[in-house]
Amino acid sequence: MAERTFVSEVGKLHLGEGDTFQGEGILAVTKALLQSGVAYVGGYQGAPISHLMDVLHDAHPILEELGVHFENNASEAAAAAMLSASVNYPLRGAVAWKSTVGTNVASDALANLASGGVTGGTLIIVGEDYGDGSSIMQERTHAFAMKSQVWLLDPRPNLPSIVEAVEHGFELSEASNTPVMLELRIRACHVHGRFQTRDNRPPRFSIDEAIANPVRDTSRIVLPPASFAHEHEKVNARWPAAVEYIREHGLNEFFPGERSDIGLIMQGGLYNTVLRSLERLGLADTYGNSLIPLYVMNVTYPLVDDELEAFCADKRAVLMIEEGQPNYLEQAVASILRSADIQARLHGKDVLPKAGEYSGQVMLAGLLAFMGKAAPDLLAGADAPAAMASPTATPELPPRPPGFCTGCPERPIFTALKLVERELGQHHVSCDIGCHLFSILPPFNIGNTTMGYGLGASAASAFHGSQGRRAISVMGDGGFWHNGLTSGVANAVFNNEDSVLLIVDNFYSAATGGQDIPSSRAENPIRHTNIPIEQAVKGVGVKWLRVVDDTYDVQRMKDILSEALTTEETGPKVIIAQSECMLNLQRREKPKVRQALAEGKRTVRVRFGVDSDTCTGDHSCIRISGCPSLSIRDNPDPLREDPIAQVDNTCVGCGLCGEAAHAAVLCPSFYRARVISHPNRRDRLFERIRQGVISRLQAWREKRLAQLPPSTFTPLTGDQHA
Amino acid sequence: MPELNPAPRPITIAIMAMGGQGGGVLADWVVSLAEANGHLVQATSVPGVAQRTGATIYYLELFPEAEAQRSGQAPVLALMPSPGDVDIVLAAEFMEAGRALERGLVTPDRTTVIASSHRVYGITEKSAMGNGILDPEPVRQALHDKARQVIEFDMDAMAHQQGSVISAVLFGALAGSETLPFAREAFEEAIRKGGIGVEASLRAFAAGTEHASTTPSPDPRDDAQGKTESGLDLSHPTELHALEQRIDELLPADAADFARDGVRRLIDYQDTAYASEYLDLLSPLARKEQTVAAERHGIPISQELARHLALWMSYEDTIRVADLKIRRDRQERVREEVKAKPDQIVYTAEFMHPRVEEVCDTLPAPLGRWIMNTGWVRKPLAKLTQRGRRISPQRLRGFLLLFSVASLRRWRRGTLRYVEERRRIEAWLATVERALDIDANVALEVIKAQGLVKGYGDTHRRGLASFDTVMQGFERFGDQPDAAAKLKDLRDASQADEEGTALKRSVGEWMPQADSGAEKHRNRIDIQQLN
Repeated sequence: MAERTFVSEVGKLHLGEGDTFQGEGILAVTKALLQSGVAYVGGYQGAPISHLMDVLHDAHPILEELGVHFENNASEAAAAAMLSASVNYPLRGAVAWKSTVGTNVASDALANLASGGVTGGTLIIVGEDYGDGSSIMQERTHAFAMKSQVWLLDPRPNLPSIVEAVEHGFELSEASNTPVMLELRIRACHVHGRFQTRDNRPPRFSIDEAIANPVRDTSRIVLPPASFAHEHEKVNARWPAAVEYIREHGLNEFFPGERSDIGLIMQGGLYNTVLRSLERLGLADTYGNSLIPLYVMNVTYPLVDDELEAFCADKRAVLMIEEGQPNYLEQAVASILRSADIQARLHGKDVLPKAGEYSGQVMLAGLLAFMGKAAPDLLAGADAPAAMASPTATPELPPRPPGFCTGCPERPIFTALKLVERELGQHHVSCDIGCHLFSILPPFNIGNTTMGYGLGASAASAFHGSQGRRAISVMGDGGFWHNGLTSGVANAVFNNEDSVLLIVDNFYSAATGGQDIPSSRAENPIRHTNIPIEQAVKGVGVKWLRVVDDTYDVQRMKDILSEALTTEETGPKVIIAQSECMLNLQRREKPKVRQALAEGKRTVRVRFGVDSDTCTGDHSCIRISGCPSLSIRDNPDPLREDPIAQVDNTCVGCGLCGEAAHAAVLCPSFYRARVISHPNRRDRLFERIRQGVISRLQAWREKRLAQLPPSTFTPLTGDQHA
Repeated sequence: MPELNPAPRPITIAIMAMGGQGGGVLADWVVSLAEANGHLVQATSVPGVAQRTGATIYYLELFPEAEAQRSGQAPVLALMPSPGDVDIVLAAEFMEAGRALERGLVTPDRTTVIASSHRVYGITEKSAMGNGILDPEPVRQALHDKARQVIEFDMDAMAHQQGSVISAVLFGALAGSETLPFAREAFEEAIRKGGIGVEASLRAFAAGTEHASTTPSPDPRDDAQGKTESGLDLSHPTELHALEQRIDELLPADAADFARDGVRRLIDYQDTAYASEYLDLLSPLARKEQTVAAERHGIPISQELARHLALWMSYEDTIRVADLKIRRDRQERVREEVKAKPDQIVYTAEFMHPRVEEVCDTLPAPLGRWIMNTGWVRKPLAKLTQRGRRISPQRLRGFLLLFSVASLRRWRRGTLRYVEERRRIEAWLATVERALDIDANVALEVIKAQGLVKGYGDTHRRGLASFDTVMQGFERFGDQPDAAAKLKDLRDASQADEEGTALKRSVGEWMPQADSGAEKHRNRIDIQQLN
């Protein structure tokens, strides 16, 4: 079950001709796919297009109604390979993934697909995870488009433009027999807006029709001599066809302006930021009317030479606004202008930063620099906006790295690893992609590298010949199924690697939003789940295998990790650490508890606490946990100065605090409280008896110590929820 | 050629939140509110890993639909907040308002900041070995300097009072700030349309609205969260009067407060005789000529000594821990902390891990020492105590167990731990005395070093080791002119990291045999060179 459900929102996919859709970008893209008569869809989750996969999943009934096949592909490579259905048949297909990481994975299939070319329109929706909030290396998808000859759309980030780009994408793909990538930046994926819808269209040609009439055309298969023909075909036939379509349908946009001696050329995705900056400089209005002419490339590959020539012909200077590096577009424009002998001076990364996201402030500074060089008169009357005032020093702020959620079952694994390292020394830890990667951040500070999804084990292979300490690698269940089983586990067996591999099985693809994967424990009506990782690992020949089915048992986790690191056994030592993702667990359990409470049924709530009078404020508990619900507060003890630990009311009672206190021999301040609501008769009876005896003993003790004043400690007062 | 069309600027709102604070819900309410009231809305966010407890920003732009219709064109709205271009900053935590400041989103010409004054501490603040909490005052000052208007109060507390979430109070404060052109009822309608937890949200919303509209410019300073300094209760017996009189004769007023707390604590810890001993140990040093002289210069020798001696004398042994766990007021405190209602039953399990060390600590000194030194007894015992125990003081077995351990109090003075602590205390006091003869500031550092000894088990052992390092430092260079500063450096270094890397580095200067933690050679281009 995914973290976010779109079940109520997918109703919007039913909107028809002339209706107004209001909602998120991702949902609009799905609607556009249905309006385009897509025959099959797929992809692999990952921000910022995770929600697209969730939408498709939740929209399954609607897809079925229209006869659209939906696949949760095993990886981006698998998704790209699925597009081969459009090579021989006029089937429209679309897949989605996170870029550039997903495009890296897919590039083999993508290159093969592009070589033979397609008959039916194929659209690859790439969520460009670049800039603020990104979790991956900063690269551009653009390079893939250029190297494989795949067309790249980068529409203006508003819903009508995005929807149009989807529809034109299929047409362009068919007109040029080439796959098309639609690049959506993070914010565009999540942008809330509106557009006028059209009716959904069942696929013109269905997969049933295709499979009933298999087409075999060796000229479309990537084998010599066809592959050599493909190369020529790509540049001599498909490319010009694409340029022709783009020009004819006006996919790129010209916005005229009074100052025809200069101009701005930009990627479509940057249009809104450029316009806001111009507006703040007094050179445009809120509606996008600009004093300076604009050429907006909603298609950033291929370029349309004559459009660029026409735009630049009468200008003294133009600015190419292109985010990221290298500056492929600027280079291409320079070459076009030079060949056409157009004298407009080309600016780009000379006035804008070479690397990094073009935020509002960066854009403003870049435009000012460009005007300064090309049209200083435009700035004469304008005040530099307040934003350009020199920034003053900001007070110190706490960094907030992402971390494990409250009660996360992965936290105790790293608590245990940290404790093991205290005894056995530090180890090289090769990480993977997934929630477990938060171990590299405070407070755990565990992990040396991460090389890609499912590659945790492979990335440690160089160390396995060493006589020293064993390298540890970590892999999530998502990475395991993505490719870790073969490239990591089977390969470690094959090379007889003396290594320790920790597979973190939290029952879902948790980091991307809790989607199901083959080992998910959820019953998914349209997928086959519950395939044990354990069996797969045994199947590829692992001999030393331990399964910890309760990661919160820190002592056990610690013992098994120690054993794996010290055993004489040869070959890879695999530990599968299993406990359900707490977000998913809570999502399922909370409503049940609420209902039971409402019905007056006996329920037990568990949470942890810290005694303020035994806590000495050394915070070692926080250093081996980092749970968001474990925090600090002022020390109520007048003699002590350091803040003490406290557990706040968001505690879900996972039990790590207590287990860690035991395993690390921390302090006796932790307690686990079981709060019984609607106690039954037996509960009440026992409570009466116990309290009877205990309160008498307490009274006796108080009397005996009566000559003494009460404790220095003032009991907690006020609301201690914080 | 298009003419520039004068139009109102969109209203821009940035919501600074942390994952799980309901920033998305708040953004949805604003979207729904504005769309229902004739506005075009564009809203964006950056979910993903940032939402897993990290800081995240939601950004919204609102534009009157009528204007768009009049001009026949759609507005171009931005997808991210820019410095100088933000009308309203909503911050669900105080330092996150600082984050808006850092990004330059707060400017005097247009920005209204609506922030909750409560703190959610960052991981580095929480995991510091001492007090790592950052001071919010500079942020508060900067906000008041930079913003057009600041509305700030503890919205978290208010949300809890109303049984709701902070986003509802923020939404209320937004309504109360009257920075949006919508009536209060429209806001409430948006909450109703949201459909989840409507009643509680409306209550929290109302409270937020009231607060924001009645106190437009709240007192920027937080209420001082003073610690309760308990004076002696005069209703207590004559022995106490005697002790109190001694304190008054002995100490200046500031130090006397601490000594009173110390006395009270030690009576609670052991008995009045023990408290009296405390004053016996304190007096010679407090009366010392050098102490009196130092205090005239504002160096609080006797105050800190009173504090740290009381803390050391009330070291946490098993007897103390058991004693604290079985008290009646403790039971009440737990109920309050876990928010138990009167009709609910609460059982606690205490996570205790008495190892062979702690067991021996509680035995008569000769016996304890013998076991610790005798492998064939200690080892099997250590094995027995390898695992931690869960003990419930609300069940008879657990209560009686703790009750009997607590009753060992009367024999405490014979235990191994007592003997050892006493030896350490006396050695420390002797060092303090020698330090006082050298320099009052050095003596203050020697006194404050006691604060390094805290916690239990390994943490305690590490604290003791750090304390010893500072004492060795004193022995080595205590008479040098910069000794006080160097000792303070040592104390800070030992609190800098758990592995003692910083301490080793500091110690390395005068103890060359220690690993100096020299940076390993790195074959990397210095990033500084590139910029």
